[in-house]
Amino acid sequence: MSAYEIYIAYATIVRKEIQRFMRIWVQTLLPPSIIMVLYFIIFGNLIGTRIGQMGGFDYMQFIVPGLIMMSVITNSYGNVVSSFYSTKYQGSLEEMLVSPMPNWVILAGYITGGVARGLAVGTIVTSLSLFFTQLEIYNLGIIILVVLMTSILFSLGGFINAVFANSFDDISIVPTFILTPLTYLGGVFYSIDLLPDFWAGASLLNPILYMVNAFRYGILGVSDIAVGYALLVISVFIVALFSYCMYLLNTGKGIRK
Amino acid sequence: MTYALEINQLCKTYDNGFEALKGISLKVAQGDFFALLGPNGAGKSTTLGVVSSLVNKTSGSVKVFGHDLDIDMSQAKCMMGVVPQEFNFNMFEKVQDVVVQQAGYYGIPRDEALKRTEQLLKQLGLWDKRADASRNLSGGMKRRLMIARALVHKPKLLILDEPTAGVDIELRRSMWAFLTRINEQGTTIILTTHYLEEAENLCRNIAIIDEGDIIKHSPMRELLKTINTETIVLDLKQALTQAPEIEGYRLLLVNDTHIEVTLHQGQDINRVFAALSAASIEVISMRNKTNRLEELFVNLVTNNKTDLKGVSA
Repeated sequence: MSAYEIYIAYATIVRKEIQRFMRIWVQTLLPPSIIMVLYFIIFGNLIGTRIGQMGGFDYMQFIVPGLIMMSVITNSYGNVVSSFYSTKYQGSLEEMLVSPMPNWVILAGYITGGVARGLAVGTIVTSLSLFFTQLEIYNLGIIILVVLMTSILFSLGGFINAVFANSFDDISIVPTFILTPLTYLGGVFYSIDLLPDFWAGASLLNPILYMVNAFRYGILGVSDIAVGYALLVISVFIVALFSYCMYLLNTGKGIRK
Repeated sequence: MTYALEINQLCKTYDNGFEALKGISLKVAQGDFFALLGPNGAGKSTTLGVVSSLVNKTSGSVKVFGHDLDIDMSQAKCMMGVVPQEFNFNMFEKVQDVVVQQAGYYGIPRDEALKRTEQLLKQLGLWDKRADASRNLSGGMKRRLMIARALVHKPKLLILDEPTAGVDIELRRSMWAFLTRINEQGTTIILTTHYLEEAENLCRNIAIIDEGDIIKHSPMRELLKTINTETIVLDLKQALTQAPEIEGYRLLLVNDTHIEVTLHQGQDINRVFAALSAASIEVISMRNKTNRLEELFVNLVTNNKTDLKGVSA
C-alpha cells in the first residue's frame, strides 16, 4: 500500500471509531460528565470547603486536574477495550485482518479513537469544572502533552485488555479491579506528602500518580514529582505497551486462530 | 505459469493438537471457477482461513497470483476478496457503511468507495436497504452484503465459503447467475459448498478434501465421467405389486407407483422404456435419485475413511 492508501485506511478506522462513540453519546459522553459534576459538588463544594487547602490551593482547585485526568484515563481505556472487543466478538475484525493495511495502522486507528474520546470527555469535564472553580493555566504545552500521552497510554492498555478478553466480563475486570484503585490511589484527591513514608514510596510505583501530577503541574504549577521524570515514566510505558500490542497483532495472539 | 492460487504442502495443527491440514497442495488457474468440497470438519474452512490470513499456518506456502503470503502479504491480500461462512460484519453499521469502510481499509478514497458501493449494492439488489442497520437484513441479504463487501476493491480472486448456505432456491439461482457473470468477466472464483448441485453447475474444476488431505483434484467433467452407476426414479401411472423384470437391468419397487432403475455406464434407458411400454406400464415422469456428484462425493469420502481405517489398523 502507498502512503496515501495507508492514510485512507487509518482515517477510515478513526472515522468509524469517532462515529461510534458519538452515536452512543448517552453511554459514552454523558455518564462521565454527570459523575464528574457529582464529584465537583460533593468533594469540591460540600466536603472540600471543610478540608481547606491542599498543596497550597483550595481543595476544589487541587482535585480538578486529577478528576479531568481520571476522566481521560477511564474513557480512553474504555473506548478501545469495548470497541475492539466488540469488533472481535462480532467477527468484524476480520474485515481489517483480510485487508492489506499493516497491523500498526489498525493499532494507530484504535488508539486515535481512544484519544479522541478521552479528549472529548476531558474537554467536557474541564468546561463543567469552570462552573465550580477558576482554572488558571500554568503551562499549556505540558497540559496538552500530558493529556495526549496519558490518553495514548491507556488506549494501548485497553487494546491489550480487548485482545485477551474472551467475554464482556473480561473487559470490565481490569477497569474495576486495577484501573479504578490505581486512579483513586494516584493522587487525584490528595498529595502524597500526606502519606506516611512507606505509602508515599509505594505510591511511586503507581504510574497514574505521575500523570496526575504532571497534569496538575500544567494547570497549577505544583507537583509531587519532577515533571520531566513523570514524562519519562509515561514515555517508557507507552513504548513498552505499544511494542507489546504490535507483538500481539503480528503473532495473531487472541486474534487469529 | 502464474496461478490464481498455489498452495504447497500446507499444514495446520491447532493448539489443541488437532491436525486440520496434513500437507495439502492445490493449484487454481487464473479465471477458473473452482470448488473445494469436503464433509464437515474436513479442512475446507481452515484452508480458506490460511489463504485469507485469518488462520496462522503451521508450515507450507501459499501464493496468490504469484505473491507469497509470507513475503508479500499486502499484495496477495489486494488480489483477493473473501466471503466467509459466518456473518462477520458489524450488525449495528448501516449496509452502505459496511461496504464503504471495507473499501477504506484497502486504501480506496471515500468518493470512489461510495460510487463502487452504489454500483455493487444495486447489482446485488441491496440499494434500497443501504440506510438500514445490517442486522435488520434477511439471511440472504446478509450473504449478498458480504459479497458486495468482498468485491468493493475489485479483487482478481474471490473466495466464498458456503455462500448460499441457508439461502432460498430463487435467491441461490440469482447468486449463481451473478457469480457466473463476474467469473466470465475474469474474476477467479473458489467456493466451498454443501450443495453439490451448485458445484456441478458452476465449477469447472474441483478438489475434494477429507480428514485434512486432498483425496481428489481434477476437472469436473473428468470426475463426472468416472461415475459408474446412476439411479433413475420412474413415476408410474398405474400401481404395481412387484417390479417388472428386464434382463440386464436392476429395477426396485420403492412403493406401488415408483420404481428405481440402476443404470451402469453405457446402459441405455430406452430399452427400459420399451420394455415397460410392452408391459403396458405408463411412465408419467422421471428424475435422478440423487445428484450425480453427490453420489460420487459420498463414495470417495466413504472409501477414504475405509482406507484410513485400514492404515490405522
